[in-house]
Amino acid sequence: MLIPCPHCGTRPVEEFTFLGDATVTRPTSLEPSSMDAWMDYVYLRDNPRGDYTEYVHHSGGCRAWLVVSRNTDTHQVHSAIAAKTMKAKS
Amino acid sequence: MSGFRITNGGLIDRSTNLNFKFDGRSFAGHQGDTLASALIANGVHLMGRSFKYHRPRGVISAGASEPNALVELREAGRKEANTRATMVELYDGLTANSQNRWPSLENDFLAINSLASSIFVAGFYYKTFMWPKSFWEKIYEPLIRKAAGLGSASKEVDPDTYEKSYAHCDLLVIGSGPSGLMAARTAARSGARVILADEGSALGGSLLFEHEEIDGTSGSAFAQTVIAELASMPNVTLMPRTTIFGWFDGNIFGALERVNDHVAVPPAFEPRQRYWRIHAKKAVLAAGAEERPLVFGGNDVPGVMLSSAMRHYANRYAAAAGKSIAVFTNNSSAHRTAIDMKVHGVNIAAVIDTRTNGKIINVKGGKGIKSIDLADGSHFECDAVAMSGGWSPIVNLMCHRGAKPIWNETIAAFTPPGVGPQFTAIGSASGKMLLSECLSSGIAAGTLKGKSPAPPKCKDEAFAIKPFWWVKESTGKAFIDYQNDATAKDLPLANREGYGHVELAKRYTTTGMATDQGKLGNVNAIAILAEAAGKSISEMGTTTFRPMYTPVSFGAFAGPFTGHHFQPVRKTPLHDWCGEQGAVFVESGLWMRSSWFPKTGEDWLASASREVIATRANVGLCDVSTLGKIDIQGKDAGAFLDKLYCNTFSTLAIGKARYGLMLREDGVVFDDGTTSRLADDHYLMTTTTANAARVMSHIEFCHQALWPELDVQYVSVTEQWAQMAIAGPKSRATLQKIVGDFTLNDETTPYLAAKDITILGGLSARLFRISFSGEHAYELAVPADHGNMVARAIMQSGQEFGIVPYGVEALSIMRIEKGHVAGGELNGTTTAGDLGLGKMMSTKKDFIGRMMSTREGMTDPARQCVVGIKPVDKTMKIRSGGHLLKQSDAPSMANDQGYICSVAWSPMLNMWLGLALLSNGRARYGEVVKVFDGLRGHHYLAEICDPVHFDRENRRLHV
Repeated sequence: MLIPCPHCGTRPVEEFTFLGDATVTRPTSLEPSSMDAWMDYVYLRDNPRGDYTEYVHHSGGCRAWLVVSRNTDTHQVHSAIAAKTMKAKS
Repeated sequence: MSGFRITNGGLIDRSTNLNFKFDGRSFAGHQGDTLASALIANGVHLMGRSFKYHRPRGVISAGASEPNALVELREAGRKEANTRATMVELYDGLTANSQNRWPSLENDFLAINSLASSIFVAGFYYKTFMWPKSFWEKIYEPLIRKAAGLGSASKEVDPDTYEKSYAHCDLLVIGSGPSGLMAARTAARSGARVILADEGSALGGSLLFEHEEIDGTSGSAFAQTVIAELASMPNVTLMPRTTIFGWFDGNIFGALERVNDHVAVPPAFEPRQRYWRIHAKKAVLAAGAEERPLVFGGNDVPGVMLSSAMRHYANRYAAAAGKSIAVFTNNSSAHRTAIDMKVHGVNIAAVIDTRTNGKIINVKGGKGIKSIDLADGSHFECDAVAMSGGWSPIVNLMCHRGAKPIWNETIAAFTPPGVGPQFTAIGSASGKMLLSECLSSGIAAGTLKGKSPAPPKCKDEAFAIKPFWWVKESTGKAFIDYQNDATAKDLPLANREGYGHVELAKRYTTTGMATDQGKLGNVNAIAILAEAAGKSISEMGTTTFRPMYTPVSFGAFAGPFTGHHFQPVRKTPLHDWCGEQGAVFVESGLWMRSSWFPKTGEDWLASASREVIATRANVGLCDVSTLGKIDIQGKDAGAFLDKLYCNTFSTLAIGKARYGLMLREDGVVFDDGTTSRLADDHYLMTTTTANAARVMSHIEFCHQALWPELDVQYVSVTEQWAQMAIAGPKSRATLQKIVGDFTLNDETTPYLAAKDITILGGLSARLFRISFSGEHAYELAVPADHGNMVARAIMQSGQEFGIVPYGVEALSIMRIEKGHVAGGELNGTTTAGDLGLGKMMSTKKDFIGRMMSTREGMTDPARQCVVGIKPVDKTMKIRSGGHLLKQSDAPSMANDQGYICSVAWSPMLNMWLGLALLSNGRARYGEVVKVFDGLRGHHYLAEICDPVHFDRENRRLHV
């Protein structure tokens, strides 16, 4: 698999470390009533066959955390953007 | 068997004489031979024994699909088991041995299995050896492994080297037969970067052995012209002896180049094999088609071979398989064999065609053919049989990413699926059975831009087939999978017993599971299974095609990364100094850490104990450079650290250090270390040695993914600094001598001070007054290149005080004496509270892990928390891993309440002591517990105590 790192260009998958779902959002509330949301954030992940958006660390390259959208079935990579940019957009 | 060398013709160099040995017997062959062709030419047909029945077997094919002629090639460290004799190029001095026979190939004692074959049916192992369960591991499996086995691996080190390499191209052509050559030439002439790879020793594919006429010349002459043109072009890379073994994501192909397998010993500085990763913009599969065996009684007797293989041996290698042959076929192609062999002077005893209802029901003979029986009652004497069950396009690579091949009724074969324009099949690999189609499909595939040139002219040989899968009237055993001894009858049996799905039948019968992965037998098996199940072949479908197409050696995968090159070695900047001091180094991750500094006659414990005593009495110097060091700067550095650590750093005074504890988001402790504030917007974090890289990634994630709005920068500076701990009551006096005019005292350098200083008259350094040993201690950091020099200066300075170097063992003893937690306690299960550090968790801010650490289970008083432990019998040695039980409880894991994490011999207290995790432990100081060491089969009593065993009041920090 090749991943188009926005900083380094297209690089082989061996340079990257996968973390998991990038669509989860860290809750901001520290109220006890928010515990369910925290549990979901820390533990609950989908494992879809198909399109998936996940955090990927270019650990063997520029060391940027990326948000990579790919298909878990066909392994087609749709996009890769810096996590920083992603957060700024949301 | 009576194979012989044909007196003229063939692509062998008769002026050469290559001597080789097979099973200890000496033979000779010529340059251009394979091991298999040379053996045939020498009249040897018996080349192996089958896996289960130990039946005598001869060579079936002339290529990569060979299931029978598997040998142990070469000897000692260069020995390679399960090597196909059909793919081994002959060289002078070659040695090979047959496999799976005892005591010899000619007389295999275990062939008696064949007489008992009625009980060795499909699923035999599963059915017979299920019970009793304990017998499997101890008796059945070792017996089966001894009886049924392939070649054995050498236990000696392989003296050869292996390489890895990358290649990029516009067009990768896989296979160099007529289609591949046309694709490569067309693309190359248009200027494209072309790689032409072929698993064979010579390029040309079927043109090397089939009689064809192209552009008015012979097929082989035509091929040589094209290859010569390609070889002259700078944009073309020719890769013979290279198997493309897999197709992967991104149109990347794995390839194995057998650089020097055709010589006894690779020339100096050349690898034996090279592992390639080829990135191809486009690729074409021109791998050709594989001829299928027919399924009939005795189709495994040595001398029965594929019709095309018999032509191949005769035409290319001038090796005739027999003096009198029979041809058995269900299609037109085998008639070529009869014609070609006749030209070579071989007698054609019979041509039996199933299309006219001809059927062989048995081949008579043991280690060689004597005669054949036909269904019509006739018999023929012959010494070789050529068989053709049709042709299967070699679709494997195109199915490596999940696509399934498509059944084509007209040619009775599976053809490649469409997988997109980046990878297409051409020629007979795509089911095209005419030479003209092969040439024109090659030209079309090689036309990357513009109009296709006209194809060369050629003569076509019409192809016709009427599927015929199994001579059911067979009187002898009819094999489907030669190597695993699966017979035609096994497949209906699998279906009857409920294993009729193609993937289940494969596992149940072992069809297609041998080293050849069913290259020859699978389609026959699928057809017979489909019939038994009342399905069409298309409905039955194929099993899954996976890389590797043919076996790839571990050596090629490992490449140069073996032995010392397996992983990098990290040496600290103080490595030389540690060596001078006589350090014993231990591997710790990639690091080489100085573990202890023995004097003559000391073992590790004596050395470490002496180091502890000397440090606590006077002063010691320890290399702590492996600790992770991360430089953090920016306006929001303090706020960022407040998020990372459970305690607060934004309030830390400039010039001070603080112990910090980091949690994971689930509330479990992640890492610890001291972090210092060097300026308003500048911090220096230290991490544990083991977690340095993980913490760095974590910091990057937290900033970039969670809080990118924070103005902060960070970089690992672990390797930029040499860091040493100077500990003990004389540490200040020792350091005072190297810091010039600066006065070291509690005012200028109080406990937890962190400051830039100048040492040795001009060298910048950082001084931290921190202590892991519990002594009055410092850590001094200097630029890495100056480390050894500064360590030597400190040793000189401390000489009058009795300074000693101490290693990680002494460091560990001192931290256990002091109850400081480390890896044994920060073990991925403990919370801050468990470590006795619960009060460090701020209630005034959010931090990673805060919310989850408030969960009920994380704050349960019954949780196991860190306590001290010491044996009741003070002369006793305790070990980590022992489980803690109530004193009155029976020694059993059912009564488990905790376990010992870390132990040390304390030279200060003269006994073994440790740290443990114990349920509700802090309320149990003074309790005597039972330590159950199930692994060593004993138990003893120990007392629970405060984890701080030594200097509980911390007086020594401030002396």
